[in-house]
Amino acid sequence: MSASEIVVGVLILVSAFLSMAAGIGIVRFPDVLTRLHAATKPQVLGLAAVLVAILVQVPTWGVLTTIVLVMTFQLLTQPMTAHMLGRSAYRTDHVRRDLLIEDDLGRDIEEHDQEDARR
Amino acid sequence: MTFLTFVSIIAGVMFGIGALAAVYRIIRGPSILDRALATDVLLAIAICALGAEMAINTHTDTLVVMLILAMFAVVGSISIARFMAKQDAS
Repeated sequence: MSASEIVVGVLILVSAFLSMAAGIGIVRFPDVLTRLHAATKPQVLGLAAVLVAILVQVPTWGVLTTIVLVMTFQLLTQPMTAHMLGRSAYRTDHVRRDLLIEDDLGRDIEEHDQEDARR
Repeated sequence: MTFLTFVSIIAGVMFGIGALAAVYRIIRGPSILDRALATDVLLAIAICALGAEMAINTHTDTLVVMLILAMFAVVGSISIARFMAKQDAS
């Protein structure tokens, strides 16, 4: 059992634990926005841990460049997905408004509507 | 039993629990947004499991599969969120 094996094992366990936490989170949380919060864990941190584990096992330049590409694509596309899903959930009333502490977007929409009405 | 075999068993169980929970949310999900979100989570868990398998068995054969999945994961959820009608509750 070498040092690199321990590092790889710990990184894989971190990724697996985050995947399990995301699964439990999307089952137990009450609405789309809170599930969105749970869902983003394996998509970024879990993937980063697994990619570093691959790089520790196979340390070549080809693997490094491909890993950087995978992580870049994931970091570019996942915030877009989360933004679109959250926006769509708000606009179609899939939000539990009684759980919100402060509704900034609702206040902004209201102000905008009042400005339109005055014009 | 080596250390990495032990790790692979525990990680397999954890990935399995996460994937089963995502499938449960795809089946039950009250709205189509929940289903799109759970599909995204299932795909992320699949990508992580592919990577974990590569790291345990010390090869890089499916690294390209990970790249393609990371590139095209965005299409489904964004099209569902973009074209969702106001009255469509399922």
